[in-house]
Amino acid sequence: MNWRGVLAIYGFEMARWRRTLMQSVVSPVISTSLYFVVFGSAIGSRIDSIDGVNYGAFIVPGLIMLTLLTNSIANASFGIYFPRFIGTVYEILSAPVSPFEIVLGYVGAAATKSVILGLIILATAGFFVPLQIAHPFWMLLFLVLTAVTFSLFGFLIGIWADNFEKLQAIPLLVITPLTFLGGSFYSIGVLPPFWRKVTLFNPVVYLISGFRWSFYNIADVSVALSLGMTAVFLAICAFLVWRVFKTGYRLKT
Amino acid sequence: MHPIISVSNVTKKYASGLVALNGVSLDIERGEIFALLGPNGAGKTTLIGIICGIVNASGGTVAVDGHGIGKDYRAARSLIGLVPQELATDTFETVWNTVSFSRGLFGLPPSPAHIAKVLKDLSLLDRRNSKILTLSGGMKRRVMIAKALAHEPQILFLDEPTAGVDVELRKSMWDLIRQLNASGVTIILTTHYIEEAEEMAGRIGVINKGEIVVVEEKAELIRKLGRKQLTLDLQKRLDAIPEGLDGHPLALAADGRQLIYTYDSKSERTGIASLLKDLSEAGIRFKDLSTQQSSLEDIFVGLVSQK
Repeated sequence: MNWRGVLAIYGFEMARWRRTLMQSVVSPVISTSLYFVVFGSAIGSRIDSIDGVNYGAFIVPGLIMLTLLTNSIANASFGIYFPRFIGTVYEILSAPVSPFEIVLGYVGAAATKSVILGLIILATAGFFVPLQIAHPFWMLLFLVLTAVTFSLFGFLIGIWADNFEKLQAIPLLVITPLTFLGGSFYSIGVLPPFWRKVTLFNPVVYLISGFRWSFYNIADVSVALSLGMTAVFLAICAFLVWRVFKTGYRLKT
Repeated sequence: MHPIISVSNVTKKYASGLVALNGVSLDIERGEIFALLGPNGAGKTTLIGIICGIVNASGGTVAVDGHGIGKDYRAARSLIGLVPQELATDTFETVWNTVSFSRGLFGLPPSPAHIAKVLKDLSLLDRRNSKILTLSGGMKRRVMIAKALAHEPQILFLDEPTAGVDVELRKSMWDLIRQLNASGVTIILTTHYIEEAEEMAGRIGVINKGEIVVVEEKAELIRKLGRKQLTLDLQKRLDAIPEGLDGHPLALAADGRQLIYTYDSKSERTGIASLLKDLSEAGIRFKDLSTQQSSLEDIFVGLVSQK
């Protein structure tokens, strides 16, 4: 294992994050605060509690997930796309680092940033709504698993994309809709039966449901299923990343 | 002693169907400066890319100091520093950080002393805290060299190191390369500036259309393939080459005041004696004569156009 190589990549990515702290931390915190103000306080005050949980508090796990998914993908995809775009990826490819070490550096850094961001937003939420965390260990586990999974997914997008438009397309056209329709702001129990069935094909439902369970002990689907689906998605992304390095897809000509 | 790099029958066919390398075999000796010459698109960069791990070969094998670049890639790559042709730098990083990053990436413990030495050798030390963004093109090129030297490689690949670099800087880069070589680093440089190869290299390989055309000691190459020119300064100006001299490969130059005779220095009969006899019979007198060895450039053009 070339740990110093992993650390070099990890450190480089974290430094990039610190350089753009305003954009990477402050802007998600502001936008999440706006959600709390608008949905939690303004609109939420007219909505009954859901399953005994105040509406403002109910949306906290969903909002954290929304930030976690978009930021994991954005960080990891940009992290590997940019060196490809400006050509500095030559150095990574010609260094004595294994594919696993490269992924560990990039995805590890992206996931770290997302988890930190998730915790910051959780703390921010504490200012707006009464919070309770029923299962802190599971909460952290879901947080980390999701961050890693979607950072891997973002890494794949960063390798697949050959222009900036593609880099934006998946988060914008797929992830954001899936998150909004995945029960960030409602329990899928309030949907008509047909749409409830359709929603079950949305993987984000399982992430949000499991995550919300770790807060309030309420879930749309069983916790085991949530954990299982997260693990499956993680495995799929890990397999695809392995294939990328095996074949050299878009990295080596 | 076995060669430090051994390339054996390497081929590369791109997905587009383009054959960039067609069975290239090449040995690089330990401690030499080797120049790989070839026109644009000849396969120089592809060959370097394969050795360094950036391009996947379609066939053949490469060993670096006995380590195959496939299974034993860590050992192989640890020995190599690469300076690619394209300027590619981390714009927002400082010089010091980007060079330190390279050292870490290669798995070495931090060594501020070594980084400082490399930066000093490349006249970058006073810019160590500058963002790369603020550097000139020539400085960026040197930053890339510094990055390649950060892990104290035994082999240094320089792909077109002086493309777009001004004359003065080019000379100082050559000095640096010589210094590195003197300290034991094997240098492989690609160039299409013949002047550079002629100035620097001990051995020269010429590649064209994905095939190695010739690999030879520089002096030997020039001697073997070199054509010589005999220049005669005439006493009287000529309008055309007189009829009696048709059989000789002659050309008029300097507005008819010079006759230039081209011959092969390695052939048994250079034809000079019969030329001089014919000249005197034709009544052409000359006041001076000189011979010149053709430059590498002439040889190169000859080799490449033969193909």
